[in-house]
Amino acid sequence: MDIILDNLPGLLIAIPLLGAFLTPVLSRAGDNVRNVWVMVITTLSSLCGLLVASRVLEAGTIVYAFGVDTISNVIPLDSGGIPIRIIFTIDPINAFMLIIAAVVGFCITLYSISSMEKLSGKDGFFTLLFLLVASVYGMIATGDLFNFFVFLEISSLAGAALVAYRIDKGVATEAGFKYAALSTLGGMLFLVGVGLLYAQYNSLNMAVIADRMQLTGLDIMAFVLFFTALAMKCGAVPMHFWTPDSYTMAPSSVTAFLVVSSQASLYALFRVCFTLYGGQINPLTVGWVIIILGVLSMFIGVTMAIPQKDVKRLMAYHAVSQTGYMLLGVGVGLAALSSTCFSQGVGMMALKGGLFHIMNHALYKGLLFLTAGVIMYRCGTRNLNQLGGLGHNMKWTMIFFMIGALAIAGIPPFNGFASKLLIYESTFLFNPLIAVIAMVVSILTLASFVKVFHSMFMGPKLPEYQDVEEAPKPMLIAMGILAVLVILFGIFPQQVVDTLVTPAAFALVDYHGYISAVLGGA
Amino acid sequence: MSDCMSKLVRTTADVMFLFITVFGFYIVLHGHLTPGGGFQGGAIVAGGFILLIVANRLEDFLKWFQKRSFQSCEVSGLVLFIGTALAAIPLGYIFFKNFLNGAGGLFGQAVPFGINSGILNTAGTIPIMNIAVGIEVLGGLSIIVLYMTSGIRSHEEGE
Repeated sequence: MDIILDNLPGLLIAIPLLGAFLTPVLSRAGDNVRNVWVMVITTLSSLCGLLVASRVLEAGTIVYAFGVDTISNVIPLDSGGIPIRIIFTIDPINAFMLIIAAVVGFCITLYSISSMEKLSGKDGFFTLLFLLVASVYGMIATGDLFNFFVFLEISSLAGAALVAYRIDKGVATEAGFKYAALSTLGGMLFLVGVGLLYAQYNSLNMAVIADRMQLTGLDIMAFVLFFTALAMKCGAVPMHFWTPDSYTMAPSSVTAFLVVSSQASLYALFRVCFTLYGGQINPLTVGWVIIILGVLSMFIGVTMAIPQKDVKRLMAYHAVSQTGYMLLGVGVGLAALSSTCFSQGVGMMALKGGLFHIMNHALYKGLLFLTAGVIMYRCGTRNLNQLGGLGHNMKWTMIFFMIGALAIAGIPPFNGFASKLLIYESTFLFNPLIAVIAMVVSILTLASFVKVFHSMFMGPKLPEYQDVEEAPKPMLIAMGILAVLVILFGIFPQQVVDTLVTPAAFALVDYHGYISAVLGGA
Repeated sequence: MSDCMSKLVRTTADVMFLFITVFGFYIVLHGHLTPGGGFQGGAIVAGGFILLIVANRLEDFLKWFQKRSFQSCEVSGLVLFIGTALAAIPLGYIFFKNFLNGAGGLFGQAVPFGINSGILNTAGTIPIMNIAVGIEVLGGLSIIVLYMTSGIRSHEEGE
């Protein structure tokens, strides 16, 4: 038993990879066998993610090296104090992200089993889905820059193939190609940055590089490359143009997980700013760059969302807009923590708000995309002008959509309010103008979702959707889990902030702690 | 695509296929000793299959080798890879631990210190993983080319 517990961080990627590779074989034995297999693997991998996270929150940072003799022997004795293996470093912020990936990963797999029922090529679909899950776990858990690049590429390729899965007269293929081309470009930029750092510091380990960081001209170039690549992968505004296409064309369950994979890139962006270049870059400048990206994403995202007629495209633009809130929160945190004009409390509050919003966003945006998937599954169209009156037959879907829509707009009893309030309060102290913009964006979000709600669910029954049915049970259960979490996190935000978000925020700021966890009190 | 190449080309391709395959597996098997390894060797073997596809008709090729068997190659290679890595856990080691190295038996010979001519039976799980990657890549690359060739054919029929 101990050996399994010791190996949990390794199993984090081993289980989804094993699941992915065996799915095509088991598919030959029939649909039922494959469905059982898929459920077993997704349950195990989510359990594994939650267990790792709980162990980290209890006992502190886990440092796990692949293939060592004993678990504590991370740095070989004869290497001169340099970790040379692939290392997973999981501190509270990684644990925080792992919980998101585990919860959303479980829900979308459960959902896919019934939403994919009518389609062909399911063995390939679930293989790619597990690869995407494994890559997101890897991106979150890894403590090695090159390893991060490898997982980034796996997520790009698996994501692109999944976006193109429903060929849809070539439209989905185009979206998938766009995603693949841009992600590869981002990946290459990232790789050049890794090369620049490796050439100078002879190591790929994040903790070693952070420890030796000199901030030479090349390091600044590498920083810009990392920043651009990761900001593109998370869909911040000047580089957001791939998100509407790929989020719209991917099957809805995949879209919900693509949101998580974007957030894994967002986490990496914060990791680069706070840990890799911790204490070296000018926090005020970088903080303001992040704030400006955030404000642009918020505002342009929501204004582009309002005129959309395609419900998933609309939600995709809202995803861009919500990413802006996370960037804003963390950017204000970075700028305020370094400034002497503000107390540490302001910066930490903004940071907590930004991080908490990541989790909340993954839950309610996942829920919204899944409800859009139900509409697509039952009615066969995403066009808001053709939909209407669905509330009569699809009561549960309507309730879940309402919960998601109110949460994204930041209405009190739901989780979006809790994190947005933290961002508003801290941003108002930092710069009132930005707080006003954030609130206006929130109101526009509400307006746009009222429109969607009205045109999809309200009104009399339309003749073509007279006998439309409620979603199948597994889809309802998957949405139900997310909806319950959205409400729980909205009612008890303080507990969530105290147990999950605060340790994550402190871990993000404390780069000395990260370095010494790997290098051993150096 | 409807015509196959001349008999000269086809015979040469058939003969060369054997040598290419053997060379590819040589690269795979010596991955831990010489430059190259699973991916490179697997790509060479897949090159042999591609030669057969180019020289012959696609229908003929599909009579000899099925898409399904390439898919099986791909899957079994991947499962062998992750299985070797996972096998360390029931044996009481850390994931990806090289538990065969120096243990005697298959690939288990210890490398003597100093310059040597390269001993094949060393390096533990590394050659096994090389073989796994080799099998996976030969299946994967061949199936990519097969699908692309099928695409050309249906495109020509469409016109």
